[in-house]
Amino acid sequence: MTAHDARFVGGTIPLSGSIDMMHGSGGRATAELVQALFVRHFDNPMLRAGNDQAAFQPPAGRLVISTDGHVVSPLFFPGGDIGSLAVHGTINDVAMAGARPLYLSAAFILEQGFPLADLERIVVSMAAASRLAGVPIVTGDTKVVERGKGDGVFITTTGVGVVPEGVDVSGDKARPGDVILLNGSIGDHGVAILSKRENLAFETEIRSDSAALHGLVADMVAAVPGIRVLRDPTRGGLASTLNEIAQQSRVGVRLDETAIPMKADVRAACELLGLDPLYIANEGKLIAICAPGDADRLLAVMRAHPLGRETAVIGEVVADDLAFVQMRTAFGGVRMVDWLAGEQLPRIC
Amino acid sequence: MKYVDEFRAGDLAQGLAAAIAREVDTSHTYNVMEFCGGHTHAIFRYGVQDLMPANLRFVHGPGCPVCVLPIGRVDNALELAGDPRVILCTYGDMMRVPATGRRSMLKAKAEGADIRMIYSTQDALRIAVENPDREVVLFAIGFETTTPPTAVVLKQVAAAGLKNFSVFCNHVLTPAAITHILESPEVREIGTVAIDGFLGPSHVSSVIGSQPYEFFAQEYQRPVVIAGFEPLDVMQATLMIVRQLNEGRHEVENQYARVVTREGNRKAQALVAEVFELRPSFEWRGLGLVPYSALRIRRQFAAFDAELRFGIETKPARDAKSCECPSILRGAKKPTDCKLFGTVCTPESPIGSCMVSSEGACAAYWTYGRFRQPGRPTAPSTEAAA
Repeated sequence: MTAHDARFVGGTIPLSGSIDMMHGSGGRATAELVQALFVRHFDNPMLRAGNDQAAFQPPAGRLVISTDGHVVSPLFFPGGDIGSLAVHGTINDVAMAGARPLYLSAAFILEQGFPLADLERIVVSMAAASRLAGVPIVTGDTKVVERGKGDGVFITTTGVGVVPEGVDVSGDKARPGDVILLNGSIGDHGVAILSKRENLAFETEIRSDSAALHGLVADMVAAVPGIRVLRDPTRGGLASTLNEIAQQSRVGVRLDETAIPMKADVRAACELLGLDPLYIANEGKLIAICAPGDADRLLAVMRAHPLGRETAVIGEVVADDLAFVQMRTAFGGVRMVDWLAGEQLPRIC
Repeated sequence: MKYVDEFRAGDLAQGLAAAIAREVDTSHTYNVMEFCGGHTHAIFRYGVQDLMPANLRFVHGPGCPVCVLPIGRVDNALELAGDPRVILCTYGDMMRVPATGRRSMLKAKAEGADIRMIYSTQDALRIAVENPDREVVLFAIGFETTTPPTAVVLKQVAAAGLKNFSVFCNHVLTPAAITHILESPEVREIGTVAIDGFLGPSHVSSVIGSQPYEFFAQEYQRPVVIAGFEPLDVMQATLMIVRQLNEGRHEVENQYARVVTREGNRKAQALVAEVFELRPSFEWRGLGLVPYSALRIRRQFAAFDAELRFGIETKPARDAKSCECPSILRGAKKPTDCKLFGTVCTPESPIGSCMVSSEGACAAYWTYGRFRQPGRPTAPSTEAAA
């Protein structure tokens, strides 16, 4: 541990009260906020250097970069908060190239009047998520907007990573006959968030599945370097993500409804609210598509990882010029699984 | 999940499908109209049509609450929402319904109108209590299912003397619409629209009971089987209609006996009668003016009637040119008969109301069933690629 300059560490500005326009002025208050909150909690040598950028030697291999803005409401929810989500979300986007994430940046847009105690809670959560993932936050930015011009806090994170030799994952590589795997139950994140919305609050044990998936991905690409597609079904859910892949690869998808893992509470909440769990967001799930010959090995290695214990084969890739995603229903019929149109709106009857 | 999976069991569906296939007379065609959008949704979402024999066809009826609301009434709601004093409370399904000039509540909200999506009339009441300096208007729509909750909230605000709450009432009645369809020239002139029997409403019937259908089962000699909204309900009720038709019967039968009684929910009926009265006439999208087919707020509750409070006048508004929603709502055309279907009219950018709600025939067909195109296999296989 490096000793901090005592004048900056929680000394001169108390972490109480709320965000003020002064905190975004670029003056001393901004510097103090950065030191007392961000540098202190995210603590790493690159950040401590105090520059407006982080410099590092790129490792050998293809570099990957991805960015993600986080605007979740409520900010704190069962199983996570906007801070942990901002770390996991970008790590996962980098990892879905089969890459090993190296570093993150974080930009905060804070609303005037936002409680500093809440901000610290978010920053502590981000720091913990980043440390646990082994992906440090090495540079960042803070801006303050007037009251009413933000929703408490918005966080944008960017991640860079490197793809191991021999791995070439992309959404356009799915081929007819390929096997589709999913690492666990769908809808947990979206339902956890819905359950805390002011106008909808209902009792549930469901927690967000928010998690960093790069460890699971590392095991997967090590065992099956020829893995074709990886994608995390976040906004728009499993249905929209599979439609994206089908479009990119110009193939169809056949799902088996009975094979898709789903928690009973999630199903119950969706029944009650008239929502389709296939369109509900996930934050710790990934879809993997591989050649049929690789499926057993991939399934085994995914199930051996703590974030893949419930992995299931949920369907297959088929030839289809129209790139339709279809599903054999538990009922025995077949239906389309379309893109999400607008927001999911609850039905009346 | 208990009480859900039991009604969606694949093995039972296969058994029912086999029974229907065994019992249909192959020299006949069976045209079964499902009145409710809830049934339409179940038929498409679970692929019930796939399990039916080739000579049994579902004709989609007008029972989709947002689909039948005429454009003029949506225009009225948008005008209300444009009043800066007003917070307009609406059910989610209404948000995307296109009005005149392709406006919608979603667009109005984006432009700054204060429109709140609610799950229950009680949400609207809470919003009114929390915003005493604003006019809160409940955009009340739907069939007999959503009417009792509106009656409840009107009684509550009357009792509390709440000054800033009113209801824009658009509640409509099912039996009047079914009679209207059966009276239409398209049905009466043989060969235009064939309807041999009805799947009767499920949630609506839990309120009004099965008795109101007895008149037209007799008068128009069509079997009516009240059916639940789960896919097995739909299949079992379809089998019951097939049997009635084979035996030359035309009775009201109740497949949804776990919820629906002959008398219905007397308490809800009394509540509705206390608060609402019949309108002599109301316009339905697709059906036109239908006599005694809708409700208005009784004089006793006039203080909470948004139509009076805001002096609302409904002007006639035309459906979009070439939009076939009106014919589709009467069962006279299929979604794929419409030139706009899937070209300029999609769920993202609907022209007609049938493309909005998942209960609308066009949206259900587009979302769940559009892989069923002529000449295209319903289940593309990997072999086809080889």
